[in-house]
Amino acid sequence: MSFPWANEYKPSHPAMVWLDEKLPLPRFVYNAIGAGYPVPRNLNYMYNFGVLAGFCLVIQIVTGVVLAMHYAANTGVAFNSTEHIMRDVNWGWMLRYGHANGASAFFVVVYFHIFRGFFYGSYKAPREMIWLLGVAIFLLMMATAFMGYVLPWGQMSYWGAKVITGLFGAIPLVGEPIQTWLLGGFAPDQAALNRFFSLHFLLPFVILGVVILHIWALHIPGSTNPTGVEVKQESDTVPFHPYYTAKDGFGLGVFLIFYCALLFFAPNALGHPDNYIPANPMQTPAHIVPEWYFWPFYAILRAFTQNFLFFPAKLMGVLAMFSSILVWFLLPWLDKSPVRSGHFRPTFRKFFWLLVIDVAVLGYCGGSPAEEPYVIISQIAAFYYFAHFFIILPLVSMTEKPLPLPFSITEAVLGADEAATLAAPVAPAE
Amino acid sequence: MIRIFSMLVGAFFSLALLWSAGKGTVAYISEPPAKTVESEFHQHPKALSLSSDGAFGKFDRQQLQRGFQVYSEVCATCHAIKQVSYGDLRELGYNEAEVKAIAAKAQVPEYNPATGEVKQHPGALKDHFPPVVYGGAGSPPDLSLIAKARHGGAAYIYSLLTGYADQAGYKNEKGEELLKKFPDAKTPDGLFFNPYFANLNIAMPQPLVSDGQVSYKDGTKASVDQMAQDVSAFLVWTAEPKLEKRHQTGWPVIGFLIFATVLAYMAYRTVWAEKKGH
Repeated sequence: MSFPWANEYKPSHPAMVWLDEKLPLPRFVYNAIGAGYPVPRNLNYMYNFGVLAGFCLVIQIVTGVVLAMHYAANTGVAFNSTEHIMRDVNWGWMLRYGHANGASAFFVVVYFHIFRGFFYGSYKAPREMIWLLGVAIFLLMMATAFMGYVLPWGQMSYWGAKVITGLFGAIPLVGEPIQTWLLGGFAPDQAALNRFFSLHFLLPFVILGVVILHIWALHIPGSTNPTGVEVKQESDTVPFHPYYTAKDGFGLGVFLIFYCALLFFAPNALGHPDNYIPANPMQTPAHIVPEWYFWPFYAILRAFTQNFLFFPAKLMGVLAMFSSILVWFLLPWLDKSPVRSGHFRPTFRKFFWLLVIDVAVLGYCGGSPAEEPYVIISQIAAFYYFAHFFIILPLVSMTEKPLPLPFSITEAVLGADEAATLAAPVAPAE
Repeated sequence: MIRIFSMLVGAFFSLALLWSAGKGTVAYISEPPAKTVESEFHQHPKALSLSSDGAFGKFDRQQLQRGFQVYSEVCATCHAIKQVSYGDLRELGYNEAEVKAIAAKAQVPEYNPATGEVKQHPGALKDHFPPVVYGGAGSPPDLSLIAKARHGGAAYIYSLLTGYADQAGYKNEKGEELLKKFPDAKTPDGLFFNPYFANLNIAMPQPLVSDGQVSYKDGTKASVDQMAQDVSAFLVWTAEPKLEKRHQTGWPVIGFLIFATVLAYMAYRTVWAEKKGH
């Protein structure tokens, strides 16, 4: 792939020459994240989050594999084996808190990454496939996180599993058999815990596979950039290494400071106290809430309180919750504005920030009890969410008049581009 | 085509939401949700300051030992701490002999899978605190993790232990009298009024009733407030015995990361020095 001016890998040491002939792995790395990968020179800090997300996946796999060595997926002992990890396993408390808060950190980073994509139009041609794979990764992450939360077999684990699998029960006719099939019984029990553990171990590696595809697809057109103008020439780019390895190294340091502060000084701040109570099928918690990263979607689920036309409220809630993420798959075809970056789209930009606030409000309502005024607020916020993606975005992209774009990244960065002056006479008049 | 379809789907969901919101608003205005006795009289935990609080927090071992004494002499009648082993008590500052003596006083059940018999044996360091056989009303929870299993943590435990009140004439901070406002909310027989408990009526009778209920070995005056603080501190330790180690590990980690991040920033500036636009 890549641009014609990309540096070429030239091994000098005979051993590396030998290896390059047999298995060009160093060449592959060089072209993927080394000096052989030209990247737009104007990427801002919002573009750090992809690397950080990859790092979070590694944290989760490393801590998770070790935790699995000490954990027992049996309803009788799962809770105690988690406490055994916290108390008796060497550095077990650090592994477990690192894993639980690692999930939160992963979602924080991925939400930044996704909203970066929304703002800079990263989903637009020719990068549709990167975007589609990214949404698939997000869905897999949600499934993995949900099943991981069930494993300690605390009260929220149990009742969370019951509520979420219960969503499938809302499907007409086949819903209840599907729910029973998913759980391996009529309620979460040994069968459910065992299969959730198995899948929770499997899915991160599936995510890893899709991440590789995501990065592969990225390397064909290369990254977007804050101007949204495609790379035209060598002066628009810098080699990934050392420029972005250095920048990502700094970003990683900042991320790790926040992550470790959470892990060491407030490891339970994002968790729910009820999950320190062993699962009890006979006692429903006062408020069943998922982990914070599901709150916006949980709010959408609960916002449908009235039957509508022929649709029962519960089914509407389930359909809406899934649609609220699945609609991201359609973004490349809903937003047809030829301009990528929100910087040059004055109307879009206002709606974008409205969406950010809207999702925050949904999150707040999703974490609150299902009482007034939270229900009405979440209904209004969910209304905007659907209007934004399904209606406003397509309409804005058809009617908006974008601001003039810079000729090139070089011009945007340096204020002038020789190539632009040369190109000017040839440019067709409007 | 896809956009027309999407707008129809979006309109469907949006209208359903407006319908729900509209009906909800009408219901909310015509029949505002009734105030409940819990929403009006439930109290948030009082402030409690423990030496283990904050990112520099450390356990006060004297206090933990006092708290363990309160637990053993008062709470242990009904509540177990099954996640804690006798050997763990060494972390409270007891020496090996003292811990062995504490353990030996307990009878720990041991199940023999070959015969199906349960035999009692005197506790050893590796044994966990045994389950408590309780025959009364209510279901006393295991206390090992209680400081992490309740909103408010230690402050909640402290508030609950010192929060028992006489329901007759009880007023909230707005000066409203509970039984005048909610005459039906009288605490049922067998339960006890405590505004810090979620539904205000708790099955546990007031456990710490009078000053001097335990005689502290270190000479501290055993007021009810002191005992409640001490046992709360002890339960923070049972819930999170690695708290101190966590804090002690955290600071060098953060210190190193700040150092490494400063270096990384300088490396970044150096690498980019020749390039504009970062």
